[in-house]
Amino acid sequence: MRKKEINKIPARLDFLQSATGLILALFIVGHILFEASILVSDEMMYRVTLMFEGYYFFGERYPGIISFLAAAIGSIFILHAGLAIRKFPASYRDYKTITEHTKRMKHEDSYLWMVQVITGFMMFFIGSVHLYIMFSQPANIGPFASSSRVVDELMGPLYFMLLISVVSHAFIGLYRLALKWGFGEGVDTKKSRARFKILMKSMIALYIIVGLFSLGKYTYIGFHHDFSDGVRYQSKTIVVGEHE
Amino acid sequence: MSEEKNRVLTISILRFDPHDSDDFPHMESYEVEEAPGMTLFVVLNEIREHHDNSLKFDFVCRAGICGSCSMLVNGKPTLACRTLTKKLDAHITLAPLPLFELIGDLSIYTGKWMRGLNERLETWIHDKSNELNVDALEERMEPALADEIYELDRCVECGCCVAGCGTIQMRPDFVGAVGLNKVARYHLDPRDKREDEEYYEMIGNEDGVFGCMTLLGCEDVCPKDLPLQSKIAYMRRMMLKTSLKN
Repeated sequence: MRKKEINKIPARLDFLQSATGLILALFIVGHILFEASILVSDEMMYRVTLMFEGYYFFGERYPGIISFLAAAIGSIFILHAGLAIRKFPASYRDYKTITEHTKRMKHEDSYLWMVQVITGFMMFFIGSVHLYIMFSQPANIGPFASSSRVVDELMGPLYFMLLISVVSHAFIGLYRLALKWGFGEGVDTKKSRARFKILMKSMIALYIIVGLFSLGKYTYIGFHHDFSDGVRYQSKTIVVGEHE
Repeated sequence: MSEEKNRVLTISILRFDPHDSDDFPHMESYEVEEAPGMTLFVVLNEIREHHDNSLKFDFVCRAGICGSCSMLVNGKPTLACRTLTKKLDAHITLAPLPLFELIGDLSIYTGKWMRGLNERLETWIHDKSNELNVDALEERMEPALADEIYELDRCVECGCCVAGCGTIQMRPDFVGAVGLNKVARYHLDPRDKREDEEYYEMIGNEDGVFGCMTLLGCEDVCPKDLPLQSKIAYMRRMMLKTSLKN
């Protein structure tokens, strides 16, 4: 018997949307923690920066690695956005239908999806700005350089909006991924779902608090540090030759 | 019995007769004295008996088995016969389920929609190789599998999952949880000889399982507590697997 030809595209699109989302969410889980190294000390944040610039592997700083990472994450970000936009309400009528439905039902998970649409839409713009700056100015990351960007280059408000939207989007997304594919659903899905939901909400709260503290610290340094010698951080223990 | 005074319930009902060209959708309210163990089934009969005999609504079994009395109770789809008034506030709003053809007031034509769905998904055992032989013994099945299939067969086609689904409100061609649950039921059944590719043909698209946005309204409103979340995830995995197979 002849095997039926099937159109594999819808399966691939659905899987790719989930897979790109998973990669981005896991990236964010790490990103915000690494960036919170500033809460430990300026020196700690500097060392994390050096690590990502490959200093501990090659003995020299290669900010190009950051550019490469930003480009890679940026590409996945664009792919994810392109796939996810298929699900957006495409007209005012659709928008009205889904909002009225959600309000009438007072249904939390439908509401969570609306949050995904709104935060996703926000990140089309603010996420792009952030990614492009990381791509174009990879060497300007560090306890002072980042603080200067937050305050002097007025990125603080954008980072604030980005923090709120990306953390909500990432953890709601992870929660929804688990339900969508049946990950860890166990025998009683009502129970596992309730647990995942509590975990999701706690992680959102935790990451927003940690993120806000980090942003606060960068802002504080930005206002109080004397940038007359430039934005380079000078470590007392590690002397790095600049690789140009 | 207790001397406490019973609550007086205010029941607001969205009324409309689509066959009367002069009529328009409007709310009408009725006051009914609450009684112990009262369900919305009792309330609606009380209204029809004492207030307004033109009120249209559907009931058959009044025990949550026939699936006829599905309606929006305070905005949430559920079966009226299984809804106790004591669990609700004194002011209750009733409206017909959206998406289905309206017969009048709370009465909707779910049967027509469900028939279309069943024809679209061919929800019956497909076995091309064997002629039906009523004298032969049926193939044996593991009890656990039989239980699993039976669990999914408990669907009464009340339409609550359809009305609770945000996806289908926006995209009416979406197959809905009732459809995906039925497909999962036949996919599990070893007597159904349809190949995975044939299932993929039916639901491996954006009107099928890949259109589901996992809002889980279906799971949360199903009056029969069917494992919809789990079975939609199962079909999603199966259909992805099929797409990777060849």
